[in-house]
Amino acid sequence: MTLDDLHIGSILVSTVRNAPVLIFAGMAGLFAERSGVIDIGLEGKILASAFVSAAVAFTTQNPWYGVMAGIVVSMMLASLQAYIAITQKGNQLVAGIAINIAMSGLTFVVAQYIFQQGGRTPDLGQARLFDVVLPGTAAVEGIPFIGWVYAHLIGGHSVLVYMAFALVPLVHWIVYHSRFGLRLRACGENPHAADAAGVSVERQRYMAMLIAGFLCSFSGAYLSIVQSGFFLRDMSAGAGYLALTAMVFGNWRPLYTFMGCLMFGFFGAVQIQIEGVELPGIGRLPGAMIQMVPYVLTVIVLAGLMAKSVAPKSLGIPFVKSR
Amino acid sequence: MQPAVEFRGISKHFGAVKANTDVSFAIAKGSIHGLVGENGAGKSTLMSILYGYYRADGGDILLDGQACRIHNSQDAIALGIGMVHQHFMLVENMTVLDNVMLGSEGGFKLQSKRAAVEAKLREICARYRLDVDPLATIHDLSVGAQQRVEILKQIYRSANILILDEPTAVLTAQETASLFEILRLFKEQGKTIILITHKLQEILDITDTVTVMRGGRVIGAVPTAGTTKEDLANMMVGRPIENNLPRAPYNPGAPVLRVENLQLSDDQQVKLLADIGFTLRAGEIVAIAGVSGNGQSELMEILSGMRLPTSGKLEFLGKDLPFGTRSDADGLPRTFRELGIAHVPEDRLRDGVVKAFSVMHNTILGYQDKLKNKWGLLNFKAIAARCDALMKSFDVRPDNHDLRIGLLSGGNQQKVVIAREVLAQPKLMLVGQPTRGVDIGTIESIHKQLLALRDSGVAILLVSVELEEVRALADRILVMCGGRITGELKIEEFDTTRIGLLMGGMHKS
Amino acid sequence: MNKDLPRWATAFALPLLNLLSALLVTALVIHLLGESPTESLAILINSAVINPEGLSYTLFYASTFIFTGLAVSIAMEAGLFNIGAEGQMYFAGLGLTLAMLTFDSSLPALFLIPVGMIGAALFGALWAFVPGYLQAKRGSHVVVTTIMFNYIAAALMNTVIVKLVPPGEQNPASRAFAAAAEMPRLNQWFPVLGETPLNISFFLAIIALVIYGVVVSRSAWGFKLRATGLNKHAAHYAGIRISKMIIIVMLISGALAGLGSVNSIMGSTHYLSLNFVGGAGFIGIAIALMGRQHPVGIFLSALLFGSLTQGGFDLSLEKQNIPPETVILVQGLIILFCGAMENLYAPALAKLLKLKK
Repeated sequence: MTLDDLHIGSILVSTVRNAPVLIFAGMAGLFAERSGVIDIGLEGKILASAFVSAAVAFTTQNPWYGVMAGIVVSMMLASLQAYIAITQKGNQLVAGIAINIAMSGLTFVVAQYIFQQGGRTPDLGQARLFDVVLPGTAAVEGIPFIGWVYAHLIGGHSVLVYMAFALVPLVHWIVYHSRFGLRLRACGENPHAADAAGVSVERQRYMAMLIAGFLCSFSGAYLSIVQSGFFLRDMSAGAGYLALTAMVFGNWRPLYTFMGCLMFGFFGAVQIQIEGVELPGIGRLPGAMIQMVPYVLTVIVLAGLMAKSVAPKSLGIPFVKSR
Repeated sequence: MQPAVEFRGISKHFGAVKANTDVSFAIAKGSIHGLVGENGAGKSTLMSILYGYYRADGGDILLDGQACRIHNSQDAIALGIGMVHQHFMLVENMTVLDNVMLGSEGGFKLQSKRAAVEAKLREICARYRLDVDPLATIHDLSVGAQQRVEILKQIYRSANILILDEPTAVLTAQETASLFEILRLFKEQGKTIILITHKLQEILDITDTVTVMRGGRVIGAVPTAGTTKEDLANMMVGRPIENNLPRAPYNPGAPVLRVENLQLSDDQQVKLLADIGFTLRAGEIVAIAGVSGNGQSELMEILSGMRLPTSGKLEFLGKDLPFGTRSDADGLPRTFRELGIAHVPEDRLRDGVVKAFSVMHNTILGYQDKLKNKWGLLNFKAIAARCDALMKSFDVRPDNHDLRIGLLSGGNQQKVVIAREVLAQPKLMLVGQPTRGVDIGTIESIHKQLLALRDSGVAILLVSVELEEVRALADRILVMCGGRITGELKIEEFDTTRIGLLMGGMHKS
Repeated sequence: MNKDLPRWATAFALPLLNLLSALLVTALVIHLLGESPTESLAILINSAVINPEGLSYTLFYASTFIFTGLAVSIAMEAGLFNIGAEGQMYFAGLGLTLAMLTFDSSLPALFLIPVGMIGAALFGALWAFVPGYLQAKRGSHVVVTTIMFNYIAAALMNTVIVKLVPPGEQNPASRAFAAAAEMPRLNQWFPVLGETPLNISFFLAIIALVIYGVVVSRSAWGFKLRATGLNKHAAHYAGIRISKMIIIVMLISGALAGLGSVNSIMGSTHYLSLNFVGGAGFIGIAIALMGRQHPVGIFLSALLFGSLTQGGFDLSLEKQNIPPETVILVQGLIILFCGAMENLYAPALAKLLKLKK
């Protein structure tokens, strides 16, 4: 293999490994927003579950306990958001921002208190989730290109990566082919129609938020347990907002949101590889410029200049029974 | 045979308002029954009681001879009652099939029942000639087709009694004819239909029996055959309507507003206003009578600059109104105000006041730029004094200019709005439903204000659903129905039957 | 819900209860961290208010926070949630820097300071223009677009600052500005303030508060601004051009956020550095919500956050378990209670008042 191949290969593998953080969060946001509740608080839930997962995984030396702890915390935050949005009929945007900021501070403070390592958790070392080695990898090892693809692109990733990818068609099916999904979408588009049809809009939205909390926790667990092996201050680095962006970009549809997540993962991978590389005709591109592209693309989509991004009609509007 | 529905002594009040008083009549099975009345007659309340949205204070409802307790819409649906509302309860970006299945999916997997439901829907469509594709998405369908989806939903839920609330308000003539065909097929199948409407032709065309309500009571419950439109008009509006308020003799001045060939269509190409034309002169009150929803609101929005017309000629004081080549009406009301057009909006709380602002602040709403000094600042001392004077002369209570206007009663809020517009000394005053939600004592004072304005030479265009108000104030009356002016009368020609006919869509023949 | 409560209740009682809730939760967290909340509070107050040098730092931080608080507040008055103050202030730093790098050897201080302010305000407004325009003309939600622009600013500034590093230097920062470009510090006149960066930006901030107060509550434009935020339909009826209002408000909001950078850069570091904003834009959100967009409320909230920043720093030195990041937690809690749950106590308060009658 030439140097060039390695680069593209690494980019592809990195894309696959970057995407799950966004996929879990993106699917989480999708459930919430499809039911009509704005979830700007993905960032905070990711951070909270990242910390708790790493902390519990280290303490118990068992990554799965960490994952479960992360789920609990994330769902608690989601319940708070649900309470504010649905029962208190408060400002959902502000609630999300509040949670993000509060968790940014709280995770650092608690990490510092417990582990005394400058706001991070100790290295998990062996207590990380295993990488999946696909059957027959050794057998195809020799075959050029296909062997590499099978061993490193499709295989050899953490189990959470496969979960993330498998989640997408599952979410698609739930949203479009299940009773729950039908009611979910109705609550987001026209809650009065759902109410008239006998659906409890409040209950549906609460459930959607809890599912969002559940799914979002995996994003955090993936960050701290799989990707780095520890929790670090503000390690989500905007992943929650990126996931939202992918969702807007994907027009609130699971498959397109997934593609948006892949795109972001791709640009993230390219950004790292492209530093210092001389491109023909253009010269060196600063990584930061590449970093900008997904955000600029989203603004373009929001401006309606590319495809029209249409949010669920009742998004952000608290439901008040008309009769 | 027992009647499908029988009301016995139904009464319902909301606070001091008696919406239904001792309503009793029966509807035969397998018939189409019309329910007619002006705004506020009590028809919607009665049907809401039948559909379980409200509970009657007194009286009974019998279905098929059995007394029933209908506590909510689920009960009504279980008893075989279905209702097609004026505002459809449909999820726009889903298919017809999904909308029907919503709430009664029959299992976690949609797929398991989808095919069966689709088949049933197709069968119902065929039987009643509904012409709806179950796999079509709602927002791709015309309004008429969407209405048929609502009907489809009701039949799918095995409704035997179908209530339709002003169904033809949003339909073209063609679609109305199709709808009536469908209703006739229902009747043949032994189902019962209740048709709420104010359009008299529809009553004559399709109903077997009709109940006319007025002021919360049943005025008449008669078979349609043998009833004339004059009878209906009389029952609908007929009551002695006297005019007691003094006014100066009718002496209109120069034309202030000339409307010619005004058209308005919405995004779906539905005609909201068609061929509107009239002239309004200084010192006269022209009232637009008619049941709400026939284009009057849209007309007011256009004349006040809040909305753009599709086409037409509009002249104010001899010059064309400056709609220009804009794509939207953003900022246009200011231009109109500066020309001398004042506006008391129909929807006071939505358009006319800012609830969280004080009374004082609301008195300058729309006139804030006229009152600022050279630094752009407002002299609130002067504005407060102005407000106090205004509150005194218009008798606004409580007498506190700092109170949030949302805390005032409807009548007092309205007095503030009218006072504000009067104070601007306009040449043309547009007034929409000035006494809606206003107590009786205030109604008279508002009427006096408007007459005084007219006497001083202002041209006033009044939109009102209350015939008493029209009688009290108008010099000339235009009646609107279905987006058109169906007729015009001078006040001396005021005749409730004639007006009732025009309101009911029956043009001068 | 608030319609039943008298004005004093919604303007003072509820915000106070909300603030106390946030502080109570903080006290609980501090307690769980093994420290005494009362002791921590004492240390904080001593550092931030009683100690003159500490007070000076408090006011220094507050100067920036007043500007970002004003930025978010004025947008909120029009019903817009400007999350982009962080990015607008960051980009404004570039405008300020470019102006200084160009003129700091040729112009005297008297001109340099206004030139710097104009550069900052201009660039801040520019960064807010696109989100404002998109909201007004295309209905794109200003919250999402401003969040995007925060990230775009971060990426952009990363690239640009690297280019501004003088040859041979390692620090990711521009060269230092000439001495003439420094905002006069208040310790010139009050030596008791010690070696602190409190400068005349503080007075600029006060002036900005006064102008804001006068404009919003007493000018015709301010009237139109508030009408737009409270009831768009009535605003349209009143002849207000809503799209124009949205764009102008966002421009002003961006400019105000931009002016926050004047204090941070010309008042303190005298060069442009990476991430110099340090969360001030988000603190502005907390201030706008807590201060209910009122100039006095904004001032007091800015003082509170200035105290938390300064006191929090000293507290972290004395108490290992209460790092400066605790202030970020407090910020989030304040936004939560004063913003998202602002009506939490309204029903209870209404009941209490009715009982008294």
